[in-house]
Amino acid sequence: MADVDDAGWARRSSVRVVPAARPRKLAKVPFVELADGRLQGVVSSGSDIERVYVSSLTSGTHAYHCSTNNNRPCGGLRGTPCKHLEALADEAILQYGLDRVARYLRVDAGDGVTTGAELLGRLDARHEPTQAAVVFSRFLRHLSYLEVPSSTTPLPELHWFPSTGAGR
Amino acid sequence: MLGTQLTALTDGHPAGLTDALDLVAGVDAALAHGLARVGEADAAALASLAAALGTTPLADLVAEAVDKICAGSVTPEHLAALAGARSALLGAAHDALLGQLDAALGRGRVPWSPAPPAAPSPVLAGARAWLHEVAVTGWRGVDHELVAAAGTPVEAALAAPESRRLAVLLDGLAAELRACVPVAAMPQVPARRWADLWARGVLLAQDAGAVDPVTEVDRVDGRLLPLGVDVHEHDTAMQIQVHAILEPAAGGPPRLVRTAVGAAKVDTIVGPALWRLLQAYPTLLAALAQRRGVTVADLPVRGADLRWQDDRAQLDGPVDPFAAARVLLPGAQAAATAPLDRHPAAIAEPVLLEGYAVGDHDGDLVLELDGRPLAVAVDRLPSCGPLTPELVAASSACLGLLRWDDGRWRLQPLAVRATVKRKAVDVHTGDWACGITDAKVAKAEAKAGDAVAVLRERAGRLLRR
Ligand SMILES: [Zn+2]
Repeated sequence: MADVDDAGWARRSSVRVVPAARPRKLAKVPFVELADGRLQGVVSSGSDIERVYVSSLTSGTHAYHCSTNNNRPCGGLRGTPCKHLEALADEAILQYGLDRVARYLRVDAGDGVTTGAELLGRLDARHEPTQAAVVFSRFLRHLSYLEVPSSTTPLPELHWFPSTGAGR
Repeated sequence: MLGTQLTALTDGHPAGLTDALDLVAGVDAALAHGLARVGEADAAALASLAAALGTTPLADLVAEAVDKICAGSVTPEHLAALAGARSALLGAAHDALLGQLDAALGRGRVPWSPAPPAAPSPVLAGARAWLHEVAVTGWRGVDHELVAAAGTPVEAALAAPESRRLAVLLDGLAAELRACVPVAAMPQVPARRWADLWARGVLLAQDAGAVDPVTEVDRVDGRLLPLGVDVHEHDTAMQIQVHAILEPAAGGPPRLVRTAVGAAKVDTIVGPALWRLLQAYPTLLAALAQRRGVTVADLPVRGADLRWQDDRAQLDGPVDPFAAARVLLPGAQAAATAPLDRHPAAIAEPVLLEGYAVGDHDGDLVLELDGRPLAVAVDRLPSCGPLTPELVAASSACLGLLRWDDGRWRLQPLAVRATVKRKAVDVHTGDWACGITDAKVAKAEAKAGDAVAVLRERAGRLLRR
């Protein structure tokens, strides 16, 4: 994490504990997260604007799955991770940085890994069906933030959360 | 701000500050370990806390709470007393530090006038239960399950406008915990910060703690001269807080005020895209981008906080924030902080610095007035604006907020007058409020695509099915 080795860290109120997400294009993979012990997210279908794929990769065990949001298995899973999982890993690396993704998944990424496909290649990954519903409902919850009306109520607690990263 | 003022500000700590913060650190350590089984060192720290508050109105409540917590029976009332005791100490620290600042700057401050309490919200119980679980578990024991359990109270609090503060706080805290799981594996935890957020959460979640943000005690007309804008954000919330001088239409001294507008967001909306979430406030954004004054009519105000209503605001002529600060800031009347908000982290006092030397102290950027250094909070420069550490380093005048954290004062720049390629330029954090004015940055942003639009399209297609 940010400046965790700094001795004053434990006695400061305003420390950036989690680096802000890095900007990335959202068109292909609108949602990526490291949560519930998984790298998980939603990949928009290239052919059908109404369809999305829900992909996930479990930390530690490296079990993966991909299906439509209606639980129809992804046709691209043929004993190896599909292109949706690769796209998910690519975008996770852009958003969080390789170190954080690798640490969360408990992978030793080693040298020479820059893309999602390369990261997936380092795993002894295996397919294990999981329900798409949990991840998909988290995505819908994620989207619902955009529907919360803006507000003129001062939020004094946000002084603990300064915006940072100028000139990034 | 003069060299003598900076000297007065940074010459020694207010009496008792170090002792108070040591007591707070004791509570912080206990919360890191969890209150399920309080060890000897934590029990001693909590006993010192109770003793320190022995002559205050909280004495009996805190003494009983500490007894029971150390004996292993933790009730919600005990946790409220613990959070209250810790907050009282930091409130006193806030008052002492702000007093030191006011004395150094000669800044006058009108006292707080009490506001009527509001009806308790039904969503608070869920938040209290989660905060209880967290305190009993301790930061070091936080796992995925406990983090996930924040989801329901956050969702409930977010749906109720009166509990927005609580919702935004809990969501920010939960996101940090989520990113840090397993917390036990961290070399050290941000104990002060998380205990700050926990204690504030507990207080905001009390039925008696509800303060109606809508019923204001006062309304004002006048001319608003923006000094600068402070930007806050975490994964799911953002807020801009504009610091300004208000010249009341009714006459009297100018007032140092601020006004905040904010929006919910998601983690992938960052940088200049933040401004696009505030399109409901075009007058305020235009005032920032064009550096104009604003005439406001019948705007509700409580303490220093103007409650913004864009339809009661009209753009006025150009304002040079540096000139406004130079002429009006020394005599402007500040206002006291709301009682519940008193915490050193809430201190954000506008000042103008000129005639300084830029220096480097062990890698920290500092501004030196008469040889006295003031560290620059470069980590508080927002990614949505053009103000960078390099510009601060090249500056000759700086408008900023004085802040205090972990034993020292720092300056958070809001605007600088700097020399770039032998030309004088003014750069403000709010310069991009109505769009990016730097062609290179604008091009990069355009290439990255419009995150807000993509997500709104996805929401429109997928949310209501
Ligand atoms: Zn797939």
